[in-house]
Amino acid sequence: MSRIERRFATLKEENRAAFVSFVMAGDPTPTTFGKLLKGLPDAGVDVIEIGMPFTDPMADGPAIQLAGQRAIAAGQTLKKTLDAVATFRKGDDETPIVLMGYYNPIFNHGVEAFLRDAKEAGVDGLIVVDLPPEEDGELCIPAREAGIDFIRLATPTTDDARLPTVLKNTSGFVYYVSITGITGAGSATTEAVESAVRRIKDKTDLPVVVGFGVKTPEQGAALAGVADGVVVGSAIVDTIAGRLDKKGGPKVGLVKNVTAFVKSLAEAVHSARG
Amino acid sequence: MTAQDHNSFRTGPDEEGRFGQFGGRFVAETLMPLILDLEKAWDEAKTDPSFRKEMENLWRYYVGRPSPLYLASRLTEHLGGAKIYMKRDELNHTGAHKINNVLGQILLARRMGKTRIIAETGAGQHGVATATVCAKFGLKCVVFMGATDVERQKPNVFRMKLLGAEVIPVTSGRSTLKDAMNEALRDWVTNVEDTFYCIGTVAGPHPYPAMVRDFQSIIGWEAKSQIKHAEGRMPDTLVACIGGGSNAMGLFHPFLDERDVRMIGVEAGGKGVDTDEHAASLTGGRPGVLHGNRTYLLQDDDGQIVEAHSISAGLDYPGIGPEHAWLKEAERVEYVAINDDEALEAFQLCCAMEGIIPALEPAHALAHVMKIAPQMDKKQVIVLNMCGRGDKDIFTVAEALGTEI
Repeated sequence: MSRIERRFATLKEENRAAFVSFVMAGDPTPTTFGKLLKGLPDAGVDVIEIGMPFTDPMADGPAIQLAGQRAIAAGQTLKKTLDAVATFRKGDDETPIVLMGYYNPIFNHGVEAFLRDAKEAGVDGLIVVDLPPEEDGELCIPAREAGIDFIRLATPTTDDARLPTVLKNTSGFVYYVSITGITGAGSATTEAVESAVRRIKDKTDLPVVVGFGVKTPEQGAALAGVADGVVVGSAIVDTIAGRLDKKGGPKVGLVKNVTAFVKSLAEAVHSARG
Repeated sequence: MTAQDHNSFRTGPDEEGRFGQFGGRFVAETLMPLILDLEKAWDEAKTDPSFRKEMENLWRYYVGRPSPLYLASRLTEHLGGAKIYMKRDELNHTGAHKINNVLGQILLARRMGKTRIIAETGAGQHGVATATVCAKFGLKCVVFMGATDVERQKPNVFRMKLLGAEVIPVTSGRSTLKDAMNEALRDWVTNVEDTFYCIGTVAGPHPYPAMVRDFQSIIGWEAKSQIKHAEGRMPDTLVACIGGGSNAMGLFHPFLDERDVRMIGVEAGGKGVDTDEHAASLTGGRPGVLHGNRTYLLQDDDGQIVEAHSISAGLDYPGIGPEHAWLKEAERVEYVAINDDEALEAFQLCCAMEGIIPALEPAHALAHVMKIAPQMDKKQVIVLNMCGRGDKDIFTVAEALGTEI
């Protein structure tokens, strides 16, 4: 059983939804990021999504774009991101880690080398926004062969005819993008998400988590009632952005502040099915 | 693989939208159904005689096609070698080749029932062409333009506004053409129902590279019949500038299987391809994935995209159409780079010798012609794609020459 499978099995037993947090690797600096990462499991995060910074994130809104720019400016690289995962793994061998980003830095690193390095570091899954099922030969199939889950995004434009194509090589969980739009944009209604999740669960046994546009503990709690997990990204990243000094460095207490916000989200998601 | 290994260079892309390893459909899932719809609509339209007829009618009466093939006799004499012909696409309505493609895409958008058109633009020529055709058909038009380009291309910004387009200055990333393209993609992901993305060059996810090439190929088909008429034979060499590569692909594609025709794509060498400030993706970049396709990209060691530089805003893009990347590796087309100062010199020579103010983009192509024409025999023939006029560039050129206007 993989870490992701184990985690979702435990959550199912406890009748809780997964709280999935997104943070950008190296944001605001590699050192602060390492501390932040370390504190996430204790704050109640069930699955950690780590953004791999890219100069041209075409599916991301302003919050995550800026987070990526801060990280790149602070010298973050794909290698450093994998190193951060390896360091985290020394203290935590249970919390699943999913890397999310765009294909070019991976392609540039070399697919085979990347998968080897990621597996070695302790990465459990990948979400690569610009690799739809039509490009499965690039990374999805090699990743599964290397024992890393390839988690696919399903969206409101993924209709019933297309859904089987999207689900075909997906493993770990399915990430339902609740809106047509970019990260951090407006939010979908709980009813719309509920019917979409049901539609996906008709066709797969994998857990379905929901993201894009979830900003508050209340929204998180509402979605936790209808999905297997809830992802929050932009709102957390915005909290980091709000705790920077004039030079872009972390203000004292950043990690504590961000962790407290993450904790409030996690508690809301976990208590939703009370 | 070398040029001899191919039976034909005109059969790509394959069903996956690949030209060899290049091209493809590297987009977010939200866009994938839209791209598949577009491919289907384009497949139907291109074999529908009524679509072709409507396009040809507009090319003729609205754009002013066919554009002349003009023998630049003083320039030929001055350089003292091969005969130099110019394919005068700068005489098109809106002043560049861009409108050939825009007309085709907007007719397709109308067929698909789309009511809102979005476009990215660098120098503003594609934005102006899109705004123009949208005005003609009464369609809503939104143009994304890097804030840096909005500042340095004010006349074109005003033109677009006059034509009824909304111009959105893009401040994300580094506020240039690639960021404008990111922002257009973000808009498209958000407005999937009513919006058609009119891409300005032979790049982006399949079917755009092939579709834009097919629309622009009118340049090459006309040139082919015109040169036969003028010289009774095929040209020896074709030369065209390359940013994304649509004017070059339009000229080259109908000639690709004429094995004796040499083709040269001219990239923007900026301050030199050995510096950090150029836009020569093929000469100075390596394969990667951006904006929906795999192609040559300017990128750093970590696979982050780096900013392009050129005196010509229209060539200022860190990527290139995937079919060019393939033609380079197949060794069918040669790619060279011309620096800012060489382009400026060619710009001035063209004004003085031919009474034609060229855009800075084709001035790069002309600068290369200045290098090769003198080495060629007087019986040989070069066709240069004069793909745009230089009215938009007079401020940039004045500044570079230290003149105040």
